[in-house]
Parts: sequence; structure tokens; C-alpha cells
Amino acid sequence: MRLALLSLLAVAAASAQTPLDLPPASARGDVLLRGGTVHTVTAGTLPNTDVLVRDGRIAAVGPGLDAPRGVRVVDVSGRHVTPGIIDAHSHIALSSVNESTNPIVAEVQMRDAVNPADVGIYRALAGGVTTIHVMHGSANPVGGENETLKLRWGTLDPDGLLFEGAPRTIKFALGENPTRVHGRGRGIRPSTRMGIEQVYREAFTEARAYAAAQDAARRDRQPLPPIDRRLQTLADILSGEVLVHCHSYRADEILMLMRVFEDFGIERLTFQHANEAFKVAPELTAFGAGASVFADWGSYKFEVYYSTAYNATILTRNGVRTSVNSDDAGLLRYLYHEAAKMQRYGDLSDDEALALVTLNPAWQLGIDDRVGSIEVGKDADLAVFSASPLSIYTRVDLTLVDGVVRFDRQRDGDDQRLYVDPEAEVAEVLLDHDGERCMAGVDLHALVLGE
Amino acid sequence: MRALVAALVVLSAAPALAQGPQYRARAGTFALTDCRIETVTRGTIPSGTVVIADGRIAAVGDAAPPAGARVVPCDGGTVYPGMIDAGTLFGLQEIGSQAETRDFDELGPITPQMRALTAINPSTIHAPITRLSGVTTALSVPQGGTLPGTAALVDLHGYTPDQLAAGFEGVVVVFPRSGRRGRFDRRPQEAIDKAYKEAVEALDAVWEDALLYAQIDSARTASGSGEMPYQPEMAALLPVLRGERALLVEVNAADDIRAALEWLDGRDVPAVLMGVAEGWRIADEIAASGLPAIVGPVTGLPTRPSDRYDRAYQNPALLAQAGVPVALRTVDRMQNYRNLPFHAGFAVAYGADLGFDRQAALAAVTIAPARIFGVDDRMGSIEVGKDATLFVADGDPFEPATEVTAVFIDGLQMPLVSRQTELYEEYLDRTPGLVPTAETDR
Repeated sequence: MRLALLSLLAVAAASAQTPLDLPPASARGDVLLRGGTVHTVTAGTLPNTDVLVRDGRIAAVGPGLDAPRGVRVVDVSGRHVTPGIIDAHSHIALSSVNESTNPIVAEVQMRDAVNPADVGIYRALAGGVTTIHVMHGSANPVGGENETLKLRWGTLDPDGLLFEGAPRTIKFALGENPTRVHGRGRGIRPSTRMGIEQVYREAFTEARAYAAAQDAARRDRQPLPPIDRRLQTLADILSGEVLVHCHSYRADEILMLMRVFEDFGIERLTFQHANEAFKVAPELTAFGAGASVFADWGSYKFEVYYSTAYNATILTRNGVRTSVNSDDAGLLRYLYHEAAKMQRYGDLSDDEALALVTLNPAWQLGIDDRVGSIEVGKDADLAVFSASPLSIYTRVDLTLVDGVVRFDRQRDGDDQRLYVDPEAEVAEVLLDHDGERCMAGVDLHALVLGE
Repeated sequence: MRALVAALVVLSAAPALAQGPQYRARAGTFALTDCRIETVTRGTIPSGTVVIADGRIAAVGDAAPPAGARVVPCDGGTVYPGMIDAGTLFGLQEIGSQAETRDFDELGPITPQMRALTAINPSTIHAPITRLSGVTTALSVPQGGTLPGTAALVDLHGYTPDQLAAGFEGVVVVFPRSGRRGRFDRRPQEAIDKAYKEAVEALDAVWEDALLYAQIDSARTASGSGEMPYQPEMAALLPVLRGERALLVEVNAADDIRAALEWLDGRDVPAVLMGVAEGWRIADEIAASGLPAIVGPVTGLPTRPSDRYDRAYQNPALLAQAGVPVALRTVDRMQNYRNLPFHAGFAVAYGADLGFDRQAALAAVTIAPARIFGVDDRMGSIEVGKDATLFVADGDPFEPATEVTAVFIDGLQMPLVSRQTELYEEYLDRTPGLVPTAETDR
């Protein structure tokens, strides 16, 4: 009781925070969220339920839990608790996105471009987001390795954001972007969807030979052939160590990549965007591939003209593990709303809709044993909403990462920047936010002039 | 298992489809019965009937269905006036990256004679897609340059410009921007300042020319000395100078809004502000000008890295609180004009505690834009005599889970199909389903 009163006092005294007040990235929190409507995603929605967090993990979920000594109690009665939102496709918090100088750049890593001071991280937290998959761009058939980040806002150490133990993933891309950049922009293969298939077949054949030579040298205790980071990463895809996330739109190219992967024995595959995935849902299910799609985007280029906002519903009903992603710093802030749209475009249940932005992207990133649902033992990455997360009138009140409050609407104040560029304009006004971030960093003007 | 249950649910819904979908607009006399009616201007009627005849609303409330009327049961659903998206590229762009389908930006900085109505593609797939959300009307706005053209308010059904036209056109001015355009804008500060100065001077010069043109035109008319020489730019500005047509002023940064207000002050023209992304910063100054504002996108990002994350969400509320008449727009680059109700919902979620409640948001997508465009005598509310441009929803149209069950535009019942719903019907349970690879190889 006394603790509860103290926590009330703390709330009353809450003043606007500055980001530098925030605990270090290594912090793990202890807290009891008291009396909320808990959307577990895996075990239904539990009214008037407590969530106990110890040392950054979910320790207990149930009614009337006792608060252990020293654990802060936060009254969330009348509010809704969900797993932290997960975005399987982001380009925020990056200082660069595309290395577009070669159709295959498997050797580059987004880890080298992580910018922990991007205010986009804070804005995402304000939308309940706790984990993002920051991806290489879509200029090349094989892009660089992506990185899975936890939004531990407050640190200036890029490594502080890394999702420890998350599997390695890599970006692939099909269709208009790679054929425009390389075929039409640089006069090299691929300039067609036929060419893209052959880029993969050639690359994996070479990588297989490279891996065989490495293995043979190890087995025969011979000097190892020179290490090639590009081929090594491709070999790691063949061995299943690196999961592929492939930018794609049309049904034909989605089928193409599944056939290539079958031929090379690669199993873990998620199609990103995949606006026409709904056309080949049975094939995706048979392969076991995931799809990470927009809720309602289309018509921004020809290959998405035959889109439907029912994509996620059709995929879900056909058994495809489906997520809804942002690919956009603005949309990232309301992925819960993007998921809710699937109750207009196909009547998904609350759990099915929420899974699109929690458990399913976690599965696609290979981190569903750690996050994506409210279950004992999982990381305490949680969002507290003022109303149902699927209502248009909801707001995110609190966002916790590892049990640490990283966003608190009551303490939100002006200017939450972690770092202010001394060379930036005093009043930098950004009205034109970038378009398709997948192509960030590619000089499209030069390409247009070259046409 | 859940998938099976869902499949059963889908099958059980099939009888409704057995009569086949409606593909054409349907004319006639209609009686919408057993309806809740949110009139917007005259409160909410808990249960009543709306009669539609000759394209107009013929009765609201305790009316009996006229003989021969087609009865459309609301089943307790609510009738709303059609929503108006007060800023779009509707019909002027089909596919964003395809220049061949972009018709909103003619060459040259001064082209006010370019008319949106000329180039709006009535067959755009975005018409039916948008209508299904209850958005029935849109302002289609040319962009680019300083005076890119003449915007048009259109209904989202029609086969000719006359059928599309909804009674308002306005000349667009993209007020010169003083700052950097974005992170990609690498111009040195001197170049930015110079470009701004030149753009303002060019606008002033055009205005001076237009004033002179108007004087000569008046003098010639008075003296009966014949037609004016062919100067289409000037002719397009003439009705604005004479107060017969609105000037739509696209302006967003606070400094630029201030400059625009100063520029408009004393230039006695009917003006409407559009965009106004940083309006909240100087809301009182805007309110003092008496000008209305078309605000959006509401779900946009803040304009400055130092701004609170929810400034765009709150912008309509903060402007309305200061006394600015507010209408909403999506200007959605993905052409998701169907998301207008969600923009309105966000404005409420983050603005209700500032006084911008659901009723205010509903007004901001119906009667408020109708008043701004001077067409509130024919749209924007459910009142006898107005155009029967309205929709029925089984709940709050701002909530994602709500379904729109009927849409009428000018008294015509719209089909509830779009390419997106057709793809859903075709692919939810595709035929053939999975065929093993071996068979296709045979």
C-alpha cells in the first residue's frame, strides 16, 4: 500500500524528462503493471490482470499478484497492455541504407551504420514499438546484412541497441528497383526479372563451391583459401545461419525465389512488401515462407498497381505467417493502427490483428522465443495503451524495453533529442520526408537522366 | 483450426453474394430505414428514415418510405454525410512512379490556367477504393511551381468533368518556401535565400500584372472596346482578384505562414490556407487573420527534430482551439484518401483533451470543408434539400473495424466493389489452390 502511494506520488511529481535521464542500455527493470486488460496474443485477452516484471523479464501474469519488496507498482487499470510492437522493416536509426555499387553486396552490414541518436527511435517508442529490423535498401538482388535492434533510447552507443542473440538476417530484392539501378542505371545484369533469377543461381553456385573448398581445406588440414566476406555470407545463407528477407512485389518473382531456394536447400525466407503475395498464398504456405506486408499501400509504382488491402487477411487465412511493417518513419509510429485496419479489410480477430505487429514479425526475425507475446520468461518489452490498441482513439501511455520505461507520455516534453548536430540549422524544418526509404541513398536523378 | 472456422464464416456469408455484386451506380428513389442519423448540423436522430429522391435528400427522420422507393435497411447503422478530403491528387495521378500517369504538375512556375477538372481520370481505380470508406468528395489539387493551376472539388463518381464537378474551383498558390526542402536539399544558404527572394518577387510581379490586367479588363468592358488579348495566366487570376474565386495558399513552415498572411493582408482576395503543418506554432496569428485552414496529413511526422512526436496529430486541435476554422486533408502520397476517417480519428485521439472531440472531427471532414468551399448549401450535412451524398456505416466510421454498408453520391447508390475487394473475392480461396510442382512440370 505504502509503495503504491509512493508510486502515485512519483507520478504526480513527474516532470518532463530529458533523454539523458534515461537508464543505460544495460538496465533491466522491475515493475508491476497492476490491473490492465492484457493482450497476451498467444493466450487471449485477460481483463483486470497484473504483469510482474523482474530483471527485465516477464515473471508472472495473473490477477492480484503481490508486488515484491522494492518493485514499483504502476496502476494500469482501465488501460490495455500489449507486447511491444515489432517492425520487421525499418530504415530509421541508420546513417546510410544502400550500398548500390554491385548487384551483390552481402559483405556489408547495417550494424556499421546504426545511429542511436535518431529521434525517430523516440517517436517509434511513442507508438509502442520496442524492436525494429533495420534493413539494407533494395537496390541490389543481394543487399547487406540487416540488424535487429531494441529501442533502448538514451544510449549513444550503437551496440547498446543490438538485440542480443537475434539471428543474422540479410536483405534480398527483386523487381523494379534492382533492374532499374543495375540494368538501366549501370548497364549490367540484371535488367529483367529473368536476369535476377540467374544472379542468384550464379551466386549460390559460386558460394557452394567456396564453402566446399573451405570445408575440404579444414578437413584435410590444408591452408584455408582466402576468406571472401561476400561469398562467406552467401555460404552462411546456404547453411541456414542467415535468414533471408526479400523485397518483392509480384507473384511471379515470389515463386521464382522459392524455386531457387528449393534448389539450393535454403529454408528460412520472409518476403518483404510482397504486395502480390496473396496470389500465391498456398505456395507460400507450402514452402513455409513468411510475408511482411503493408496494410494498405499500393499504386506508388507499377509493380504494386494490383495491390489489395486484404493482402494480410488473405495470407493469414491461407496459413502464411504474416506481419505488417512500416518501411517508413511516420507509419512506424502507429503500426498498431495498421494492424487494426485488418478488421476492416477482412475481419481478423483481435489476436490475429495484434499478432501481425508482435508475434509474427518476431517469428520472421527468429526472436519469437524472446519477444512478441506476453508470456512468463519472455523479455518485458511492453506497451500500455489508453484504450484498446485496435481503436482509433487509443494512445500509447508507456513503452517498456527490458522492463525499463523508455517512453512515458506523462513525462514527454519538448525536444527529446539525444544529440544536437552543431552544424544543423537552428530551426531545421523538414516538410518533404523521404519517399520509399528502400531506395534511400541511390542517386535516382542520375538514373532518370540516363534513361 | 481457426482457419477452418474462418473459412466456415466466409462460406456462411456467401448467400448474400448469391444475387451477384452490383457493378453500376443505381438510380431511383430510396428509403434508408431503421437508421441512426448523424446530421452534423442538427444533432443526432436516434432512429429514423432518410428518403432520397431526384438526387436530393427528400426527408429526414419520421418519414414513411414513398411508394416505389427501394428500401435500404440500415439495420440500426448510422447515416453520415459523405466525407470530404480537402486535399488530394485524386484522378491526377494513377501510379506514383510513372510520369505517364502524373498530370498534376505542368511545366513552368506560373500556370494558374491549368485546370484539374480537365485531367481528372474518371476511371481511376482510386474512385471506388476511396468511396468504400465513406469518402465521397475530394479536392483535387495541381502541384509544383508557384501557381500550379486551378483545383477542383469533385464527387468520386461520374463519367465527365461536369458529372464529377462538385461546385467549387480555386486557384492554387504554393507560397514560396524560405527554408531547406529536406535533408536531400544540399544547396548553400545563399542559394536558398536567393531562390526564395526570386520566388517572392516573381509572385509579386505576377500579381501586379494581374491587377493591371484586371483594370484594363474593367475599363474595356465599361467602354465596350472589345476583348482582352489572349493572356490565359492573367485570365485565370481575374476571378480571384474580383473575389469570385478562392485563392488556395499551400504553406507549411511557421515563417512562411507568417509571410503568407502578411502577403495576403491588404490583397483583398478570398483565401484559404492549405497544409499549415506548423500552424500550431502561430495559431493565434492565423486565427487573427480570420482565414480557414485545410490541415493535413494529420498522421504526418513533426516538421522539426526538436518537436514533440504528436504535433501533427494535435495540429487540427491546436488551430481549432485558437479559433481557426479547420478542415482536414490526407494529401496521401499512396493515394490512400480512404484513410481520411483515420486522420480524423487521430486528431481526436490526441486533440480531444484540447476540445477537438469526435463531433469537431466529423465536422472537419464534412460541413467545415463544405463551408470553406462555399458548397454547404448542397453538401456537408444530412438536411432536406441537400445533395444525397452520404453513407451508412455499422458503427463509428473513424474506427477501423467499422464497415461501410451503403454509399450514395448525388442520389445514386454506389456499388460496394473495388478492384481491391474483387481481388479479395478471387484470392481468399483461390481455384486451383496448391498444385504440386511435379504436375505443372509434366
